[in-house]
Amino acid sequence: MSPFARVQSWLDERFGWAELIAPLKHKTVPHHKLSYWYFLGGITLFLFVIQITTGILLLLYYRPSANEAFESVQYISTQVRFGWLVRSIHSWSANLMIFTAFAHMFSVLFLRAYRNPRELTWLSGALLLFLALGFGFSGYLLPWNTLAFFATKVGTEVAGQVPVIGPWIMMFLRGGPDVTGATLTRFFGFHVAVLPGITTVLLGLHLALVQRFGISVPPRVEKQWECSPHERQEMKFFPNFLLREVMAWYTALAALAVLAALFPWGLGTKADPFAPAPAGIKPEWYFLFAFQTLKLIPAKVLFMDGEVLGVLAFGAAGALWLILPFAEPKRRAGGYRAVIAFGIVAVTYIASMTVYGYLAK
Amino acid sequence: MQPIFAVRLASVFFLLLVPVCLGQTKNTCLDCHSLLDAPLKVTAEEFAANIHAQKGLTCASCHGGDPTSDDNAMSPKAGFRGHIDRKRIPELCGKCHTDAAYIRQYNPSLRTDQLSQYHTSVHGKKLASGDTHVAVCTDCHGIHNIRPASDVRSSVNPLNIATTCSHCHSDVNYMKAYVIPTVQFADYSKSVHHEAMAVRGDLSAPTCTTCHGNHGAAPPGVGTAKNVCSTCHVYQSQLFEESPHKAAFEAAGLPGCVTCHSNHAITPPNDEMVSTGERSICTTCHAEGDAALQAASGIHGHLRDLELRITRSKQILDRAEESGMEVSQAQLDLIQASDALTKARVAIHGFRPDKVANEVASGQAVTEKTYKAGTEALRERNYRRLGLSISLLVIGATLIGLRLWIREIES
Repeated sequence: MSPFARVQSWLDERFGWAELIAPLKHKTVPHHKLSYWYFLGGITLFLFVIQITTGILLLLYYRPSANEAFESVQYISTQVRFGWLVRSIHSWSANLMIFTAFAHMFSVLFLRAYRNPRELTWLSGALLLFLALGFGFSGYLLPWNTLAFFATKVGTEVAGQVPVIGPWIMMFLRGGPDVTGATLTRFFGFHVAVLPGITTVLLGLHLALVQRFGISVPPRVEKQWECSPHERQEMKFFPNFLLREVMAWYTALAALAVLAALFPWGLGTKADPFAPAPAGIKPEWYFLFAFQTLKLIPAKVLFMDGEVLGVLAFGAAGALWLILPFAEPKRRAGGYRAVIAFGIVAVTYIASMTVYGYLAK
Repeated sequence: MQPIFAVRLASVFFLLLVPVCLGQTKNTCLDCHSLLDAPLKVTAEEFAANIHAQKGLTCASCHGGDPTSDDNAMSPKAGFRGHIDRKRIPELCGKCHTDAAYIRQYNPSLRTDQLSQYHTSVHGKKLASGDTHVAVCTDCHGIHNIRPASDVRSSVNPLNIATTCSHCHSDVNYMKAYVIPTVQFADYSKSVHHEAMAVRGDLSAPTCTTCHGNHGAAPPGVGTAKNVCSTCHVYQSQLFEESPHKAAFEAAGLPGCVTCHSNHAITPPNDEMVSTGERSICTTCHAEGDAALQAASGIHGHLRDLELRITRSKQILDRAEESGMEVSQAQLDLIQASDALTKARVAIHGFRPDKVANEVASGQAVTEKTYKAGTEALRERNYRRLGLSISLLVIGATLIGLRLWIREIES
């Protein structure tokens, strides 16, 4: 008996290993020309695992206080062996993860994978994307540099514009009326404890739902398969699909290595709460479309404050996005076109406003 | 409307209007002078912008008369003085501006020694001797358009003083009788002081009045020129006082700082000034083979060496920074080397090569460290790139292996 078989037999005796992995052996995945879009979810998951791993390594040296945060990150970047690499990978991987999460969400939308019975998979996925944005917002402040400090100031001010509860939200996020060391400690808590906890639960639910309902087949392909059943193609999840997924992970890893090594994440200058905000301050790219929109809204729109109107509009759009599968008109044929049109408008708007925000002074 | 109510309403309006009408003081002077041609023309806008009008003074405060009356406006009985003779202007202004109690009502921080200072000035002395071509108060401050010196539109605001002085002092014909040069403004416009004032907007930079005085304006003499410079350049002055040049300059009747740096045309100093080259200042007095020139050559060598080291460090650190390397601490340290170079350049004024060498040495030590940090950062960058190449090769090989494995399974 080979050593591998011996280990397998040992596990089988104690955990019923063979029984446990049996469904994996029989699990199949639909195989068609659009199957490659499925990998985006896997890549996002892979990048999330990298986030956890590098995040834990950074925790070994990072100190979450206004007096020490910047210096500890500087120490990580310059003194700790491979510290620069770990930090750079953590930062780049965060950005790539948000990008692939967005791409995954839009691919699900345009392939109409949110349909019955996968509405809850969509809902949990959309919430996970919002959590990823929360990770980005809270993590951005942690190096306590000038850009992060003022971006957080602006970001929390925007949150403060929410009617009725806005001031309370702002106070809660900042831990006081201003962005201070208390805010940093709070954001650190959100970033390494609260958000990971909620994300783990939601991610578990999301993966369980994917496992329960399987991977969706786009309606067009499904119809084609119904007309000619001999064209239906499926591949085994293990090892055929998983090996392809691993290839996608390796490709993501290569991209990450190039970015981290050739463009190490900068540190900037230490935040000075008494210094004036630098000119042309902008948030991270994934908040840029919202930031630019709020900048363009006039100060007063009819009887309402422009910024409040913008915040309310984004809130409404986010809520509508969450319940999209439930909002799709089902009674008339082709009702899905409204959802697809909404998706096209959203992706065009986000992309164009991001570019505009990037180029604007 | 009932008649009794209408009467009451009219009474209220009347009572409200009376004080408003009474508040607008009549000014018959402006009624006419706003319509006259220059130099008698004074518009209401011009008069309203005048600091004196803003403080409640009227035409009568200087010219006498009664501006509120059509009949007595220019009546000698009402004290009308009319045109003020140039010779009497300083005394007229001084009537108020020497009265501390009076001035305190309007501006407690305004000095009241202008007239006494003016009497000590070249302008004041010449006026007293009967020369009415010299500057009096209104030539610099304006007449009906006087603004406070803090106002950037004022002719005596630091930004405008040089231009104001140049109105007379750059006029060759006007200055012919005084036998003094008229290139001061042209020289000053090329100077480092003018650049600081006009280009960088540094209002603390010197202009004409900083060195010559304002109301007591006079050219600083040979003996006091260095005192003028030392009000700002304190350390340089102290070093010069202890230097061998002090006694030599005094013996030769040379005016200290101005001898090497010029007066109005003070251009940014450069290290070549202390050398044996073409732009050397030292060679003006010292002959070839002179021990002093050898010292100058040594000082220049030290400065040049440190400057080159700083440039070399800066270049390597910038390259490392552009490659994404974290060298902010070394960049920060390099500022110390630049500071040492500045100190060494200041130390020149002691004309002691060993003092300059000491300052240079501390800068050199810093540049050694920063250059090493830059070299190490670039080495680390290359190491990272090598690591990346190896990683990409491994990832590429793994991807090929996985692809072959999939093909084998599916074949």
